[in-house]
Amino acid sequence: MGSVFFIVLRRMRAPLITLIVIYAVSVLGLVLIPGVDASGKPAPPMSFFHAFYFVSYTASTIGFGEIPAAFSDPQRMWATATIYLSVIGWTYSILTILALFSDRGFQQALAASRFRRRVARIAEPFYLICGCGETGGLLIHALDRIDRRCVVVESDEARIVELELEDFRTDAPALVADASQPQTLLLAGLRHPWCRGVLALTNQDAANLAIAAAVRLLNPGMPLLCRAELADTVERMTGFGADYIFNPFEVFGRLLAQALHAPARYRLHRWLTGTPGTCMSTGDDPPRGRWIVCGYGRFGRSVVSWLVRGGMELTLIDPDVKAAPGFRVVAGSGIEEAVLREAGVAEAVGFVAGTDDDINNLSIAMAARRLNPELFMVVRQNQQARRELFEAYAPDLAVVPSEIVGHACLALLTTPLLPVFLRQMEQQDDEWARSLLARMRLELGDDVPESWSVRLDAVQAAAADAWLERRASLPLAALLTNPAARESRLACVPLLLRRDCGDHLVPTDSGDLRAGDEILFAGTHGARVRQQLILRNANALAYVLTGRETQSGWLWGWLLGRLGRPPAGAA
Amino acid sequence: MNLEKVIFGFFIVLAATLNFGFFVGDIGNPVYHHVFELFAAIVVNLIATVLKFGDRTQIGAIHLATSLVADLQLVAAACVWAYATHVTGEGMTASITASVVSLSGGALLANIVSLAILIAETVMMRR
Repeated sequence: MGSVFFIVLRRMRAPLITLIVIYAVSVLGLVLIPGVDASGKPAPPMSFFHAFYFVSYTASTIGFGEIPAAFSDPQRMWATATIYLSVIGWTYSILTILALFSDRGFQQALAASRFRRRVARIAEPFYLICGCGETGGLLIHALDRIDRRCVVVESDEARIVELELEDFRTDAPALVADASQPQTLLLAGLRHPWCRGVLALTNQDAANLAIAAAVRLLNPGMPLLCRAELADTVERMTGFGADYIFNPFEVFGRLLAQALHAPARYRLHRWLTGTPGTCMSTGDDPPRGRWIVCGYGRFGRSVVSWLVRGGMELTLIDPDVKAAPGFRVVAGSGIEEAVLREAGVAEAVGFVAGTDDDINNLSIAMAARRLNPELFMVVRQNQQARRELFEAYAPDLAVVPSEIVGHACLALLTTPLLPVFLRQMEQQDDEWARSLLARMRLELGDDVPESWSVRLDAVQAAAADAWLERRASLPLAALLTNPAARESRLACVPLLLRRDCGDHLVPTDSGDLRAGDEILFAGTHGARVRQQLILRNANALAYVLTGRETQSGWLWGWLLGRLGRPPAGAA
Repeated sequence: MNLEKVIFGFFIVLAATLNFGFFVGDIGNPVYHHVFELFAAIVVNLIATVLKFGDRTQIGAIHLATSLVADLQLVAAACVWAYATHVTGEGMTASITASVVSLSGGALLANIVSLAILIAETVMMRR
């Protein structure tokens, strides 16, 4: 607010001084020019009081007439001059104010001060998202759906305008500014006590790197998630100590490799990190055999290295034959059928269309599918806006870098235990994943489940914590029971139990929980809400554990205690 | 030489001198305190105040504050004058003159503070 106020004052100096001078000259003239009395004889001039009164109502165009007495002709002459002078003065002032409000710099100052106030007023955990491109936009929507707040900084004004038009449940302050400037980050709440993490998600590696440096130097303890597309940037970000660095191509390459040699694990991964509420597609698993990779850029390199690790035979298509020594490279862009034939499309099992041009990728993919309809198609989609085209083409796998990074960030932010589970899952064999997947499908249905973690402490689970103060353990089965009907089970599956930093994958229902345990669940939203009831409400917990219905509030429990009977929850 | 600084200094000093001109003389005697001088002091003080708008520094803030105090005192003096001459009609008696002049005396003090800040600022710049 301060800077806006000062800008207004500063710009208004000239018009205000003009007005003061005009008023002073007008008043002075009136107190010097002699008047005339009723009989036409000269009378003394007006006093300051009357002159000021006359100028005040004349300058504001109210015009009461000649008060206190009829004017002499010299006075009328002066009054005419006064009228024109004051109109000029006021017009000048009003025009200056109007020009000020339409001034771009002023509006930016106004927006910045409003943004600063909104950020300062936040009194709940929020994330600072730098870059509201496709990844950022996806993340903002996903965070909004689960009622997490965020503050957005984006350099493109059009994106912020789009963001403001959309319907959000939470209030997300947004600022048009360059996030790589440290001052912008500070303005957006880098040192705000409720800031829970900074996400550097702009589409420029250099900007993300600058954000990483600023965050580490200005608030060293702040969790930092970065997007990077070049290996060099990843290295430098690691140097700055970024907590998580997402290279979309690397993440996808790893996933593709997983899909090739452990399809069930891959499915489980996609299922757990998908957007909750969407239906999980049940596509085919990628086949093993000869693959063709079209386009050997950042994405192509990553995919090729993971395919090689997966033991696939490879042929590359790239305009630059010498780009990839050690591989068979067919020169061409991939759009020409002759090039595709030469690369052996007819004998291949998989095809990756991975150039950085969406329309090229689609035309390559269509040509390849025409030549070999059985091909497993992996198509890179660079822009979210082209989703309809890619859906119509229906590749076996669409690679959308923004979605990959968005989902990875989301999983990390909402359920920190989930990445732990996913890492541990990689140590398990595919049969294990297949059986877990089957169990989850059976219990949760085909929709992507929510995943959440629960910590048995006084903050997140008051009732369970109170129970554990008296008993050594709480059966895990209690958290899986429907608090409305004890015979039925909640639609959720425990995935991971963390106790004193030791992790147990997929704990059995008969297991016991202790105070301070952290459990990761996957399940429906309804199950999550009901489970929270069990954890927080002593009556619900008592019912789930004993089957006895108690309806005691605090007062009733206290009265029963006075009468020597155990209160609910202690039964 | 910066013309803006010249104008700034000119108005601050002129505000103080006009104020002093009105204030000086026997406090109860209207002969020494002409209302034209009061008018000039008010106008110049208002201009000096507006000139001080929009400076975000600490010194700028104090400058503005002293000017606002001077304006307040002078406007109060003018109000007392207008009330006595036009509303009650008792005219510039010794007691009315004394209260008008003492109010302008307060404004003079604020203007002197403003002058002192101006001088201090200039001296600091030279160093």
